[in-house]
Amino acid sequence: MTDQLKKILLGEQGLVVIFLVAFALVSALVPNFLTDRNMLGLLQSVVTVGIVACTMMFCLAARDFDLSVGSIVAFAGMVAVMASNATGSILLGLLSAIACGAFVGFINGVVIAKFRINALITTLATMQIVRGFALIASDGRAVGINSPDFYQLALSKLLGIPTPIWVLAVLFGIFGFVLNRTVFGKNTLAIGGNPEASRLAGVNVDRTRIWIFTLQGVVCGIAGILLASRITSGQPNAAVGLELSVISACVLGGVSLAGGRATMSGVIVGVLIMGIAENAMNLLNIPAFYQYIVRGVILLLAVLLDNLRSSALGRR
Amino acid sequence: MSFLDFSQITKTYPGVKALSDVSFGVVKGAVHGLMGENGAGKSTLIKILSGDQHADEGEISIDGKVQAYASTRDAFDNGVIVIHQELQLVPELTVAENLSLGRFPASAGIIAGRRMLEDVGAKLKSAGIDIDMRRKVKTLSIGERQMVEIAKAIMLDARVIALDEPTSSLSSRESEILFALIDRLRGEGKVIIYVSHRLDEVFRLCDSLTVLRDGKLAAHHASLKDVTRDQVVAEMVGREISDIWGFRPRKAGDVRLKVEALSGAKLRTPASFEARAGEIVGFFGLIGAGRSELMRLVFGADPRTGGAVTVDGKGIHATDPHGAIRAGIVLCSEDRKHDGIIQGRSIEENINISSRRHHTRFGVLNRASEIATAETFIKKLKVRTPSRNQDIINLSGGNQQKVILGRWLSEQGVRVLIVDEPTRGIDVGAKSEIYELLYQLAEDGMAIVVVSSELPEVMGICDRILVMCGGRINAELTRDQFAEKAILAAALPDKKTPDAIAS
Repeated sequence: MTDQLKKILLGEQGLVVIFLVAFALVSALVPNFLTDRNMLGLLQSVVTVGIVACTMMFCLAARDFDLSVGSIVAFAGMVAVMASNATGSILLGLLSAIACGAFVGFINGVVIAKFRINALITTLATMQIVRGFALIASDGRAVGINSPDFYQLALSKLLGIPTPIWVLAVLFGIFGFVLNRTVFGKNTLAIGGNPEASRLAGVNVDRTRIWIFTLQGVVCGIAGILLASRITSGQPNAAVGLELSVISACVLGGVSLAGGRATMSGVIVGVLIMGIAENAMNLLNIPAFYQYIVRGVILLLAVLLDNLRSSALGRR
Repeated sequence: MSFLDFSQITKTYPGVKALSDVSFGVVKGAVHGLMGENGAGKSTLIKILSGDQHADEGEISIDGKVQAYASTRDAFDNGVIVIHQELQLVPELTVAENLSLGRFPASAGIIAGRRMLEDVGAKLKSAGIDIDMRRKVKTLSIGERQMVEIAKAIMLDARVIALDEPTSSLSSRESEILFALIDRLRGEGKVIIYVSHRLDEVFRLCDSLTVLRDGKLAAHHASLKDVTRDQVVAEMVGREISDIWGFRPRKAGDVRLKVEALSGAKLRTPASFEARAGEIVGFFGLIGAGRSELMRLVFGADPRTGGAVTVDGKGIHATDPHGAIRAGIVLCSEDRKHDGIIQGRSIEENINISSRRHHTRFGVLNRASEIATAETFIKKLKVRTPSRNQDIINLSGGNQQKVILGRWLSEQGVRVLIVDEPTRGIDVGAKSEIYELLYQLAEDGMAIVVVSSELPEVMGICDRILVMCGGRINAELTRDQFAEKAILAAALPDKKTPDAIAS
């Protein structure tokens, strides 16, 4: 009995099983959880983390790390608001936000891949630099959105489902495809598995890593725009600590920090588990302070599970 | 009555029987030699002795007591100390600190510096080791570090000390000091296991000798009095060499690969050579002779500082491997684990990683082609695996090597195949299969470069041998000129004699 349980939990689909069990339990035990309204709210609450997790997955899969995502999200949000206020064109605001995100990501990538500076250190530095830019640009204050059309990004609905959730779903689809079915995705996993062997096998390791970080920047730009739209302003202090939630979600989703192992389905489940835990705690009126503890414990358990799973795989 | 006893030791790794039913004993106060070719099982036996690995069957006993170690720490505590080729010292600490590590004389956590120096000094003196204890280990020469390692064994009151190729990086003067120390330890009644492939050292130092071959006990000599060197070599090699090579003469075509005055940071002397279509060119030399460094330069894995590489008359300016691959040069690296396999990914992905660019569209994979490619090469190269989705880490060394070969053979238009130590850690059966494959590829017109440290191998399968020593190409011999002595003489730096290398 316990052997069979072990096999299920430590197998390929272990995470999905745990997710389904958790979902069923929460649905049964927490009142008002399984309602249309709450489900949409839950999904909307994970949009930022979910979007950024798409590319963080690539980063981690290539044995890299990106701590600057929270700052880029805030900065991109500021840029989107300020640029569209200044030019009167929302499209221009959005494009400049994405361009700024891509630029920061590109710089991260070049420093890490070409100058061989540890990703943790590099992104720790850019995290602070970019946050500084966001604060300077706005003088530390929130910048309100002028055009009501900008709010509509977050408020509009398609088939009764808010646009940000659609964006999230589309990005999940795109990056799932990129990871599994493109040369870029396979090279990312190969680099994470063994960087030197990948290089000697003809993979352009530096270029791939720069692309990963640039994409990460682009995606942070998109997340920043949607966040700004939802909170109806550019906030220089938005998304503080986002990097940790995103990495937690990825790890929870079975992405190996040692590189070489990642699945989109795992990351989606990881994001949802984080969302469900938070949502359920809110519904149960658990004070925010305790929620930190619960989130930490969930993460620890996930990592322990991951450890067990790798040693189970190793033994096979 | 023997003091240290190995009894029916058997150890199997996935795909390879590393040791089978090995038994022998060593008496007290003896230096016991352990010899064998690469892959004969010497290291495995030493690992089992040190508690690093566990025997599947059989047991080790010391002084009649069966030893069961859970870890190297356990072996340590039982007085069994193995001194590896890579020394285990902390460079930033002094000699005295290294020797006291884990057992610092201290009160309330504060190290009693004076007492430490006194203790260590007394031990060093009694062992006749003359090293300044206050120096940091990083300032010592390799030979001195080796002394410190041995001093560590003495500090721990070791009963059994195993030395794994201790002289491989020592100068002859340093070796002499080491031998004197070993003589002293023998006088104190220790058991010394001396692993080496240098016949003259073994004959000079050892009282008794065990020869391993393909994981089995090939010979055990309780005394070396009536044993000749030729006899030991025969015991090590054991089989008729011509059996496994299956050499087939071929006709060489035009020059395919031309390397002119190539140099790099790790290969200062410019090197030049050619390889023709259909030719198998061997590169022999000792470890560190610069063969792998030269091949990495040809492949663009390391930046070159000068020289030119041409394939079929066309200059290759590749500064990175993917440029070389596009030009038709591929390299199977010496260090399969570090530079070859992509751990955690399937056989299918390991095969397709490079050649998939031939059948992708806009960066999107063609799954059908990838599956077909993987299946083709698994079949063609006889990779033993339940499925193409198997993680490559689960394959034996020989099968991993075949997958890496498959990675390159699936590339269209390979003109030059460089294989660095293609059969290291691979058992005999798989070896012949790989040789056969190389012959076929050469017959199809590829130029093949084989780098190997095994002299019988290069002599067995190559049309021409280039010998490297100290970063330069020292000699070139065609097949009719092949002679063990001449090749060894060219491979050895002046101070050593050809007898220094057994295999």
